[in-house]
Amino acid sequence: MSVDTKTVRRIAKLARIRVTDAELPKLQGELNAILQWIEMLGEVDVANVAPLTSVVDRKLHLREDVVTDGGRPDDVVANAPVQDDHFYVVPKVVE
Amino acid sequence: MAELTELTLAQVRQGLRSGAFSAAELVEAYIATIEQARALNAYVAETFDAARARAAESDARLKQGTARPLEGIPLGIKDLFATRGVHTQACSRILQGFRPTYESTVTANLWRDGALMLGKLNMDEFAMGSSNETSCYGPVINPWKGRRHNRSLVPGGSSGGSATAVAAHLCVAATATDTGGSIRQPAALTGTVGLKPTYGRCSRWGIVAFASSLDQAGPIARDVTDAAIMLRSMAGYDPMDSTSVDLPVPDYEAALARDIKGLRVGIPREYRVDNMPPEIDALWKRGAAWLKDRGAEIVDISLPHTKYALPAYYIVAPAEASSNLARYDGVRYGLRVPGDDVVSMYENTRAEGFGPEVRRRVLIGTYVLSAGYYDAYYVRAQKIRTLIKRDFDEAWSKVDLVLTPATPGPAFAPGDITDPVEMYLCDIFTVTVNMAGLPGIAVPGGLSEDGLPLALQLIGRPFDEETLFRAGKAIESAAGRLTAPRWWS
Repeated sequence: MSVDTKTVRRIAKLARIRVTDAELPKLQGELNAILQWIEMLGEVDVANVAPLTSVVDRKLHLREDVVTDGGRPDDVVANAPVQDDHFYVVPKVVE
Repeated sequence: MAELTELTLAQVRQGLRSGAFSAAELVEAYIATIEQARALNAYVAETFDAARARAAESDARLKQGTARPLEGIPLGIKDLFATRGVHTQACSRILQGFRPTYESTVTANLWRDGALMLGKLNMDEFAMGSSNETSCYGPVINPWKGRRHNRSLVPGGSSGGSATAVAAHLCVAATATDTGGSIRQPAALTGTVGLKPTYGRCSRWGIVAFASSLDQAGPIARDVTDAAIMLRSMAGYDPMDSTSVDLPVPDYEAALARDIKGLRVGIPREYRVDNMPPEIDALWKRGAAWLKDRGAEIVDISLPHTKYALPAYYIVAPAEASSNLARYDGVRYGLRVPGDDVVSMYENTRAEGFGPEVRRRVLIGTYVLSAGYYDAYYVRAQKIRTLIKRDFDEAWSKVDLVLTPATPGPAFAPGDITDPVEMYLCDIFTVTVNMAGLPGIAVPGGLSEDGLPLALQLIGRPFDEETLFRAGKAIESAAGRLTAPRWWS
């Protein structure tokens, strides 16, 4: 499978990464080289093979459904580029 | 005092306990060495004042006789580990200025045992790379140079700073992480020892996530004994990481005393790749001969799906990365680049914050997870992963461990590899181990024709790091340790 520039633009939009028109052809070439290389996986017979969900054959631990952390609003917003009164500030999203 | 930095972790531990030198003297010796080695670009943040304060505490404990297992041992920490109040950036612009309000479990375990931090170590951006060239702090320089050319070489990646710092004696040992080879490949290229534990052996909590089903923390150290000492402190169950495993952590150092008589060592024929350089082939044969001389039995085995591991990895790892890296949006931490509205703010921030390799992988990951492609790519790759794991499960009925070369060649020069797929092939021998969740160790096996370190890799059964250390020690005793000639100061 290969991607056209329109698809690259769509993927970039989904990934929320701005890509300029000038960058598109180079990106398209790189992505297609990778996609072409992974194409060899098509030759493997995977009929009746279950997809791997965990490499370690163990049950995950369960814990009591109780609050174990919290009450640290200063820590939570300590690294925010813009914050106000323990809220993250973003550009206006509701008109 | 310069000779203090030549000592291994085991020797430093002995020297501190016997009072031959103090932790304060040791830390000053390392600070002086680091200051003379800035050309190698190993550290991206130095925490010397904190190191001095911790050394004073360690000296007090050593005097009182209350020394902990790693009391006063100066370490370097990969920039991927969250360290409370200290620079933690995964060497990405997008985490500019980030100072976590928490400590990763692995580093907390090391501090609990008395170790101290000299600073944060350079790495490929978000651990994506095999040469340390994708760091926003620029490439790390390998302490090793070839005989033929007087040019700088890469230390490998992504833990290139950790490998260089250990090889150039800029810390006693270092933490590192491995998603597809990021501990073993740089260890191989710098003549150091690097161990990737079994998935689940070390907690991933507080380590900046790249591909969560593959990431594991481990040590890079001067020799096998040091790596064994480090892992004992780093490992352990952590309720904060539900994938960490509730198994007792063995005394790995004690395991080194046992010989390797009767161990069955598998040689997988599929690792004999096309165009394998003669010196890698010779190294591999030499490694098998060393183990055989010490009483191991060499067994030819087959791991039929080996060649599909790397392409399947380049679906699974980017897919998980695209999910994990969705959190970098300019809202909660790190870089923010303004935009007209919230979406353009996200897009601008991520365009400026991610370097080309990270962007490439996020885009690939987004594509293979997108509607209509998920089954063809991601599900198929996870099925192939089942087959890769099954290959190993079957091998364990015939052998106790597997011997392979660690890398397809020695260190190369920055800029030598520009094609992304060609760079990915650096991890051809290491990536299967992550796909199957197994432990693997890289141990120096001698020098290339050009005088550069080459390494062997041992792969073990799940949670059987002890056998890896034992067999690694056998290789080390045959091959000898490698020390880089000091040209930078």
